[in-house]
Amino acid sequence: MKLVSKTVTTFSLVFLISLTAFAKGDPKTQNGGHGDPVNTPEEIEEYIVHHTKDSHDFHLFTHFPDGEESHVGFPLPVILWGENGLTAFMSSAFHHDDEGKEIVEKGGSRFVKIHGKIYELNAGATAVEFDDAHHPTNATTPFDLSITKSVLGILLIGLLMLFLFGRLAKQYKTQKIPTGFARVLEPLVIYVRDEIAKPNIGAKYRNFTGYLLTVFFFVWILNLLGLAPFGFNVTGQLAVTAALAIFTLVIYLASSNKHFWSHQLWMPGVPYLLRPLLAVIELAGTLIIKPFSLMVRLFANITAGHIVVMSLIAIGINMQNDMTAVGSTTLSLVLSMFITLIEVLVAFLQAYIFTMLSALFIGMAVEEHDHH
Amino acid sequence: MSLAILQEATSLVPNLVGAGLIVIGAGIGLGQIGRGAMEGIARQPEATNKIQTAMIIIAALLEGLAFAAIFLGK
Repeated sequence: MKLVSKTVTTFSLVFLISLTAFAKGDPKTQNGGHGDPVNTPEEIEEYIVHHTKDSHDFHLFTHFPDGEESHVGFPLPVILWGENGLTAFMSSAFHHDDEGKEIVEKGGSRFVKIHGKIYELNAGATAVEFDDAHHPTNATTPFDLSITKSVLGILLIGLLMLFLFGRLAKQYKTQKIPTGFARVLEPLVIYVRDEIAKPNIGAKYRNFTGYLLTVFFFVWILNLLGLAPFGFNVTGQLAVTAALAIFTLVIYLASSNKHFWSHQLWMPGVPYLLRPLLAVIELAGTLIIKPFSLMVRLFANITAGHIVVMSLIAIGINMQNDMTAVGSTTLSLVLSMFITLIEVLVAFLQAYIFTMLSALFIGMAVEEHDHH
Repeated sequence: MSLAILQEATSLVPNLVGAGLIVIGAGIGLGQIGRGAMEGIARQPEATNKIQTAMIIIAALLEGLAFAAIFLGK
């Protein structure tokens, strides 16, 4: 009974906190980092595009206590490898400027930030100038190693997973049945092993279950983080999904056997004239199309989901004139609630599909062809 | 000559139209997959799990194609 009341208290606390988060995150006062309220369709579009992108600081919301804009959030470290070597400073040095007006001097270099990208100004230059191809003419782009929002999310989720699964693994040393939250995780782990790894990979599944479990929970938790209040879009970054797809590519290439390559390069049982053509198609599929489709599927699903949810929220602003404030808000609340529920399903489905296809590709590479 | 005409004709059609055509095709394909899976399950309810897994894999591959088209056509 005590446990139940404790859980209920925790849940209601989380609920209350998220409610206040939503109240403060009211689309009319939140903005795309420029300080203006979001009212017109153009501003809404800019805000949505800004939301789906990575950012150098963690910006929660903007409010206007005395008519002056005030940003609430916290800065993140910026780490750059530029002309004068390694430089590090906090992103608050830019003072929420995203137009390239605020110049940060550090370690003999001068940096400006334009649309989320940091440029290093050449000597004597005060503003970045671009040529027709949008290449800067009087500045260089330093190698950006910053702890951005996405990197922060990856690190936090990595630590969380180490903690949760480390505890689950430790419990098996002393007891047969895990206790606490580990009891929730055990069936999920067994599900990935028995339903994804075993049927798709076959006898050698044990070697790859670790990777599949990691990628499944990593993608799932990050997808859910994108839907949580104050959460942010990590699996909707092309770089993140590209890295995950490259992991899968390297693993199935490194574990591929002779049979796999003989079927790739010189397909048996096919007329000799067709074999080179098939080899080209198979190689393109293995080296490019498979990882590319893994990358784009996850990225596009999550980004599209975020854009749909935010567009439905924007109905509350856009349609005020047609159906009064109450009507438009009700419509946008109802629609965005149901689409968010669908997004929770999509978050699981995309993690499942990514893991499933990774297992399928690995299974193709390690499959033994005894029947020849 | 004909190549020049072809190039001019393709330059008139925005990429997104092609992406839209591919998405229409993918939509028809997804419908066919769903129909096939439902008929299969109705005939052999005991094979539901296997059919569902295969259905999700094929649907994911097709969805990847549609997203790639949008992504490249944008």
